[in-house]
Amino acid sequence: MSSDEEPPKRGLKGPAPEERARPEGRRNSQGIRIDPDVEAEQPPRRTTITALVSNQPGVLSEVSGLFSRRQFNIESLTVGPTQNPDWSRVTVVVEEPDPNIDQIEKQLDKLVPVIHTRELDDDAVRRELVLVKVSADDPQRIHAITEMYDGRTLDAGPQTVTVELTGSERIIDDALDAFRQFDVREIARTGHTALARGETKTSIAPDRVKTDE
Amino acid sequence: MSSERAVAREERDGEQDTDPDPVTTGAESVVRALENAGVEYLFGVQGGAIMPVYDALFDSEMTHVTMAHEQGAVHAADAYGIVTGKPGICMATSGPGATNLVTGIADADMDSDPVVALTGQVPTDFVGSDAFQETDTTGVTRPITKENYFASDADSVGDTVGEAFAMAARGRQGPTLVDLPKDVTNGDTDAEPGPAETPPTYEPSETAEERAVERASEAFTDAEQPVILVGGGVIKSEASEELRAFAIEHEVPVVTTMPGIGAFPEDHPLSLEWAGMHGTGYANMALTLTDCLFAVGTRFDDRLTGGVETFAPDAEIIHADIDPAEISKNVEAEYGLVGDAAAVIEQFDAALDESPETEAWRAQCQEWKREYPLDYHIDEDEPLRPEFVVEAVDAATDDDTIVTTGVGQHQMWASQYWTFTEPRTWVSSHGLGAMGYGVPATIGARLAADEDQSVVCFDGDGSFLMTCQELTVAAREELDITVFVLNNEYIGMVRQWQDGFFEGRHMASDYNWMPEFDVLAEAFGANGYRIDEYDEVEDTIEAALDDDGPSVVDVHIDPQADVFPMVPSGGDNGRFALRGDHL
Ligand SMILES: Cc1ncc(C[n+]2csc(CCOP(=O)(O)OP(=O)(O)O)c2C)c(N)n1
Repeated sequence: MSSDEEPPKRGLKGPAPEERARPEGRRNSQGIRIDPDVEAEQPPRRTTITALVSNQPGVLSEVSGLFSRRQFNIESLTVGPTQNPDWSRVTVVVEEPDPNIDQIEKQLDKLVPVIHTRELDDDAVRRELVLVKVSADDPQRIHAITEMYDGRTLDAGPQTVTVELTGSERIIDDALDAFRQFDVREIARTGHTALARGETKTSIAPDRVKTDE
Repeated sequence: MSSERAVAREERDGEQDTDPDPVTTGAESVVRALENAGVEYLFGVQGGAIMPVYDALFDSEMTHVTMAHEQGAVHAADAYGIVTGKPGICMATSGPGATNLVTGIADADMDSDPVVALTGQVPTDFVGSDAFQETDTTGVTRPITKENYFASDADSVGDTVGEAFAMAARGRQGPTLVDLPKDVTNGDTDAEPGPAETPPTYEPSETAEERAVERASEAFTDAEQPVILVGGGVIKSEASEELRAFAIEHEVPVVTTMPGIGAFPEDHPLSLEWAGMHGTGYANMALTLTDCLFAVGTRFDDRLTGGVETFAPDAEIIHADIDPAEISKNVEAEYGLVGDAAAVIEQFDAALDESPETEAWRAQCQEWKREYPLDYHIDEDEPLRPEFVVEAVDAATDDDTIVTTGVGQHQMWASQYWTFTEPRTWVSSHGLGAMGYGVPATIGARLAADEDQSVVCFDGDGSFLMTCQELTVAAREELDITVFVLNNEYIGMVRQWQDGFFEGRHMASDYNWMPEFDVLAEAFGANGYRIDEYDEVEDTIEAALDDDGPSVVDVHIDPQADVFPMVPSGGDNGRFALRGDHL
């Protein structure tokens, strides 16, 4: 193709797509460079992200809106007060591939009311509470299973028994499986809350936002 | 300023006190906060819930420009923000006034344009009762603002407005909104607002981590086919000078994104102009084959990258951005440099021991310029080519002329065939792609521009039809603007896609009926012109530009003209189509 060629009546001149030099590499759909011959997507993993936020109107909807708008997969989201009346802690369990976990932290950090965000280590202390209401057909067995999972009976009537259980996600799942031998009427789970283990700080509030405690 | 107001002011200022009167209400505090922030213009539309603020403006030196529609107000404020770098201010009443702002706020959010929106709201006691013209404005705009605020009391409302202004301007810029319940603006207060400040938790990082800069600079030195990719962030952080000096010193080819147009002079040999869906063939070739991409102030939008699988797949990416969340969001960066563009370019330059060796690569880029020129076919007996009109207006105006656009084919022709050499001269709706942006943006840009700078708009017939009522503002304010409507009587870009991807089935893309835009312009009080033939182009452009006040030129172009090159959405940048049969 010579450069003095007349342009075509419609469109532009130049080599057709198949005549052009091609790159060697490739990226996956997450924009990461990969070996072109293997299709390597990062698989999702389950993790806990904790955020210290200042109590302002709209903060909860800002946080939850972020997850829905960016299509991040939330397993659970809990919010509650902290040692400082001006702050709340948001604990989110997500199941996402690494690049998205990184994005979740960064996008949370961008929200003005968010003071600190991070992904918790594997050894963090995590708990969930569940209430389960079953038909009181076999009160003794219900009691035995409740004991087995260190649960407490909160309400025992002639028709129903309501039990409280706390534990890690796995324990709760196991316990609920065990309770399914009864006629389960209703379940309420709180979702996870968590703190970093030992001396590790869960969240670091910069001095400038510390208020009198 | 209306004469009534001028007279009232003269009477009041007869005693010529210089100190402003102390504030007495929330509304006065709002106005004072804007004055303290150095605001000159506000764009808006009156209405019940915002009336107290308007009343307080009666006594202010700031100029309020009454727009025909709130969408016009926010686009004008947005363009003002783009041209000056300082937040543009728009105002609207509650309910429909606020919802009419939504398109423009979303546009500013996508393009990180500094805008502050002030919306009236029903009195606090009525909130939640579905009162007349009550809309949950902060709820509606939360996902499309950088930050928004619901003003809680008269004492703090001035500071809240100041914070909204500072937030819009600082770090990664963007739109903010303050919702102003009427009882708050009417409420008594003597609290003078303090200086406009961002909250203590907001701390954008100025400079990048030194170690990261060093590692990145080593990769850059070793590159054989480096490219600098310049996004709108370079213009927003006033880093064009640093960028130019850096690229020229190290002799590295420069590609811009669409919002980055103007950051680097397009007539410089190192410039490959802009890349992406309708970018130049040479820019897209360079991005596809580069081995090291130094990207500054860009968010790797899909209109730039095409499918990420084929975006710069051989390149290590060095990504500098003020927003840490942009690093590795869409495309993984081997080196993330979080900081202000100007500062990071300086750091990077200082860390660079040696320039990369680019002679062969530069020659290759020049070769692509010869292979893929933006040359188009002209036949004087055929309908007028839009590209010719863009080039003719460019030739008839100075380098510092500001160009605004609507959205569609005309926007692409303007960006392709105009040679941009200065930052803040390209004003367009990129990320949102909002038809109707053109006319109101031209008004905002005009008020922001230097007096001797020309402001022209390239609009599409469809886009023009969405907001042309704002011409009434341009006529009233005697604004010297020239709008070229590249009229193909089609929703042209849609027609082009239908031809390319829907077997030419022209569903709802043919207008069939269009007003005479020159006549319509005259009805608004603007000057009207029309061009049909090649031999009318030069003289008519000259006449329209010479006119004082607003002019509209209805340019009847080839209705079948298409925009090329083209990368179909999600496609491979290196396989851009040059003609319909490449699609
Ligand atoms: C508000 C809005 N509605 C719809 C679209 C979809 N759209 C994109 S380009 C286009 C055609 C624009 O037509 P016109 O303004 O005449 O410009 P042309 O493409 O003909 O130059 C349309 C409908 C849009 N971008 N914005």
